[in-house]
Amino acid sequence: MADPLLKLDGLTKAYPGVVANDGVSFQIMPGEVHALLGENGAGKSTLVKMIYGLVKPDAGKMSMRGATYEPATPHAARASGVAMVFQHFSLFDALNVAENVALGMENPPKPRQLARRIREVSETYGLPLDPDRLVGDLSAGERQRVEIIRCLLQDPKLLIMDEPTSVLTPQEVDILFETLRKLQSEGTSILYISHKLEEIRALCDGATILRLGKVVGTCDPKATSAREMAELMVGTALHTPSREEKAPGEVVLKMTDLSVKSANPFGTSLKNVNLTVQAGEVVGIGGVAGNGQDELLAALSGEARVADAAVTLNGQPIGALGPNARRKLGLLAAPEERLGHAAAPDMSLTENALLTGAVREGLVSNGFLKWADAKSFAETIIEKFDVRTPGPENAARSLSGGNLQKFVIGREILQRPVCLVVNQPTWGVDASAAAAIRQALLDLAENGAALVVISQDLDELMEISDRFAALNEGRLSEPRPAKGLTVDEIGLMMGGAHDMEVAHVDG
Amino acid sequence: MIRLEKRPQPSKAWSYATPLLAVLLTMVAGGALFAILGKDPLLAIRTIFWEPLFGEFAWYYRGQLLIKAGPLVLIAIGLSLGFRAGIWNIGAEGQYIMGAIFGAAVGLAFYPMEARWLIFPLMIIAGAFGGFVWAMIPALLKTKFNTNEILVSLLLVYVAEQFLASMALGLLRNPEGSGFPGSRNLQQYPAAANGELIAGTGLHWGGVAALIAVILAYILLNRHMLGFQIRVTGESPRAARFAGVKPNLLVVVCMGISGGLAGLAGLFEVAGPAGQISIDFNSGYGFTAIIVAFLGRLHPVGILLAGLLLALTYIGGEAAQANLGLPAAAIQAFQGMLLFFLLAVDVLTNFRVRIGKGEMA
Amino acid sequence: MDLSTINPAILLASLMIASTPILLAAIGELVAEKSGVLNLGVEGMMITGAICGFIAAVETGSPTMGFLAAAVGGAVLSMTFGILTQFFLSNQVATGLALTLFGLGLSSLMGQSYVGLKPPPVGDINFGPLADIPFLGRVLFQHDAMVYVSILIVAAVWAFLKFTRAGLILRAVGESHGAAHALGYKVVAVRLAAIAFGGACAGLGGAYLSLVRVPQWTEGMTAGAGWIALAIVVFGSWKPWRVLIGAYLFGGVTVLQLNLQAAGVEVPVEYLSMSPYLITILVLVIMSSGRGRAALNAPASLGRTFHASS
Repeated sequence: MADPLLKLDGLTKAYPGVVANDGVSFQIMPGEVHALLGENGAGKSTLVKMIYGLVKPDAGKMSMRGATYEPATPHAARASGVAMVFQHFSLFDALNVAENVALGMENPPKPRQLARRIREVSETYGLPLDPDRLVGDLSAGERQRVEIIRCLLQDPKLLIMDEPTSVLTPQEVDILFETLRKLQSEGTSILYISHKLEEIRALCDGATILRLGKVVGTCDPKATSAREMAELMVGTALHTPSREEKAPGEVVLKMTDLSVKSANPFGTSLKNVNLTVQAGEVVGIGGVAGNGQDELLAALSGEARVADAAVTLNGQPIGALGPNARRKLGLLAAPEERLGHAAAPDMSLTENALLTGAVREGLVSNGFLKWADAKSFAETIIEKFDVRTPGPENAARSLSGGNLQKFVIGREILQRPVCLVVNQPTWGVDASAAAAIRQALLDLAENGAALVVISQDLDELMEISDRFAALNEGRLSEPRPAKGLTVDEIGLMMGGAHDMEVAHVDG
Repeated sequence: MIRLEKRPQPSKAWSYATPLLAVLLTMVAGGALFAILGKDPLLAIRTIFWEPLFGEFAWYYRGQLLIKAGPLVLIAIGLSLGFRAGIWNIGAEGQYIMGAIFGAAVGLAFYPMEARWLIFPLMIIAGAFGGFVWAMIPALLKTKFNTNEILVSLLLVYVAEQFLASMALGLLRNPEGSGFPGSRNLQQYPAAANGELIAGTGLHWGGVAALIAVILAYILLNRHMLGFQIRVTGESPRAARFAGVKPNLLVVVCMGISGGLAGLAGLFEVAGPAGQISIDFNSGYGFTAIIVAFLGRLHPVGILLAGLLLALTYIGGEAAQANLGLPAAAIQAFQGMLLFFLLAVDVLTNFRVRIGKGEMA
Repeated sequence: MDLSTINPAILLASLMIASTPILLAAIGELVAEKSGVLNLGVEGMMITGAICGFIAAVETGSPTMGFLAAAVGGAVLSMTFGILTQFFLSNQVATGLALTLFGLGLSSLMGQSYVGLKPPPVGDINFGPLADIPFLGRVLFQHDAMVYVSILIVAAVWAFLKFTRAGLILRAVGESHGAAHALGYKVVAVRLAAIAFGGACAGLGGAYLSLVRVPQWTEGMTAGAGWIALAIVVFGSWKPWRVLIGAYLFGGVTVLQLNLQAAGVEVPVEYLSMSPYLITILVLVIMSSGRGRAALNAPASLGRTFHASS
């Protein structure tokens, strides 16, 4: 057991304007669960892509069991016993489970045999799956099972998992960990990528911490506190958002039996959602991705029209109104997808400011645009929200994720909303920008606005919410005060363990 | 190895340079094509691009320039609005035909009344209406049934061509034409004729309409909310919906404007240079306008310039046909090539070309 | 008017002839679209195939050489589209239109000295006694080889997409190029191959027009057949056998209206001639109004540009 399974030595990869990985070295022992820890943008994805043969390093060496390891393609990586569970982008919605699995294998068996193997393996590891179902119909957790089973069928020596728990309820996380421990006991090494410190403490044997492309430390996570790891990861002591306790005011936003049919054939329709949000209150809405979050945002922003009385703002029915009519009344929204939904990628920041600001900021008169006013609105957003960009004439897509998100949230906040709905306000945003965004949301509530924050980051929701509810298959749970909720209770609100089961350790 | 790297934002300089580069490349490739056909490539290029403007017979050709450019620009301006919003009306040829039929029918209905102040404006309205109605078919099918507007608008061209034939042979046939197909000649009916406004320039009301369309489109796209909505929809349909754009309304508006303008172009043509409704009245302006729209980068001023350039290739093509025996089809291939090269070099606007160490990811 | 002159057996037999060009073009486009590429240049590839096939057949005297040349011509032309969309990342709609416009020009240029010539005849396959079966023999067993080849291609495409690993990869690329790339599949190579297949089939379809159905060369002779093939792919909801049904239905309408013209029905010829286009539109409307699960057959990445940027 003395020889490492995989050894990275001085891996470097540069993209124009950014060094994604700079001399990264570490090693993974056989049977070890090794954590790769770092913020968004720290270079974790690039590193993993090099190990999986998707990206070629500019410099540095990899070796596997002492032999040189230079995968030119993912096929070569798989042939060497490396398998990967992706965070995004590796399943095909319109194909069934067996076809998806076959696509990830080098030499898949005949369809019938493959279906049988999928059943066997999924039973053994407690991840039940029907090989004939369309992947698009599966829940996020089930989709992850497809990826895991695809890997397991190839008897991998090294399993790479990229942020696997972001799509799971706490109960499902526990079950996943059982599966991973079983694999570990069978001698499989696991490279576990995450920024969730408690998980890493619970699961991993060793950890490498990346910041801005460099290794900034290694540690034994079981012997290191979460606080220490966090500071290594972020580099500075974090500012935790704060607010004063205040009694909430009048009911501002009210949803009554709100049902929405999803526009996407694989989407989740909302079913009889009931919720009231009061002035000065933040209601956090949790839930695993794909349980109706996008549909809820669409129903509130006005992109999806609903029965007029199903949504009211200050008592006025607005369900049948479009986005701009709702903006006029003070209901604003910021969707999850920054590029292509909240902002038009190739358009300038001035044009993007106009995108939602036209009505409330008076940027249009008689149908004609007031470009000067739009530009100064964009400049105000840039200044007030510390958006790093040379100026408002730059295209939205030229901004980093964090900066664009600050722009998008800032654009809505500066329009003085009566009620603001945001979906994943800090998704893929670096820690300092995330903290700034959360503080801005809390300040807005402080000033009397009603807020609905939809997020899959439970820590974030616990930090800023007054009340918490969870979406599960398009239904919203009864909201409860956030203070004092336990992880178990939250998990049950999110739907518990769905139909997962604990791995059969006898297998 | 060569690889592409996405620019943080589209390059302004390249967006101006690419059409010129495309024209140059087309001249080179076109020259090669002409050489294969056994013609002197330099002479052919000169005949197409130089002679009509500055050659011996320029006095004749220059007038032709505006006659051809007018309908091209008029149609392309309309198409560009839809193309910008991702609404693909490629059946302008059909709308052009229907505009001509509607407009000519109104004019002929009044024959031989002499009341130009009434008849000509009515014809203009009818022409625009004809194109508009024809464009509304794909537009409404798209909004009501989500039917692909590309296929429907295109298929309707063939329907319009058959309709044109039946009109030329039937309802609109010149009763004094001793049985020959084709309508009365509107040029010889002063109340309905769309004649030259300034002698020798080739400028008729269609050219004036094209200029007005360029100016209005420029204002619409740069200063008006509707133009902004069109641009956002093309860039990012979801962001547009989020911003309150009604996608269906936009389909109807864009198709309506482009149909109306194509119809106008048809009316001005039938009442002017063509003179009459005949079986082979249409000559492909509706399709060439697609090239004009792209070559002009969907920008009104660009379209004006591109329209003049494509008109030049038509006229130069005729000159080359007459002088060098260059086949008419060569010009059509030449125009297609122009669009190919434009699309190819367009990559430079959004991507940087890097030559160096290769990478497959 | 005399409808009794219409013989059902001959009607059905000529239906198969009339359908074959569109069937060939449509099945090729189906493969291209399944890989996520929307090639609107079918019309241009068809007409280029028509003239390439015609020239080769006239020059060599062999229709087989003609069909081969047509397939090669269509495929070569389609590579212009392939290179532009896959390497130069151009907009697929615009590039497809360019391909059609260019193909129409190029073909008339190539065909100048071939107008009015007669191509070598394409013989029917001898099925022996099968051809003598009353009615069925005339309908099914008295055709040239391409009619049967086109059906075989449909069957082969069906089996390829359904049963082979390469077919699975092709569908995967069309469904999500990002995911296929992440798994290490060569998205661009797969798409180029699919585009070339589409071009070759469109070329064959065009040559069938100029060598068998018409048979001679005239400018613009495809007269929208390529666009109808595109519509038939939608009608067939991206399924090979349904595309076959669609093409035969369309062929039926065409043949019927021609027969009605010949029989002297009291509807002006122009209105009969526009009926195939109108019926195609009608069918498109019916197919596209049924939303929901049926739409899932449409490849999710259809028409989207792929650039591996990270």
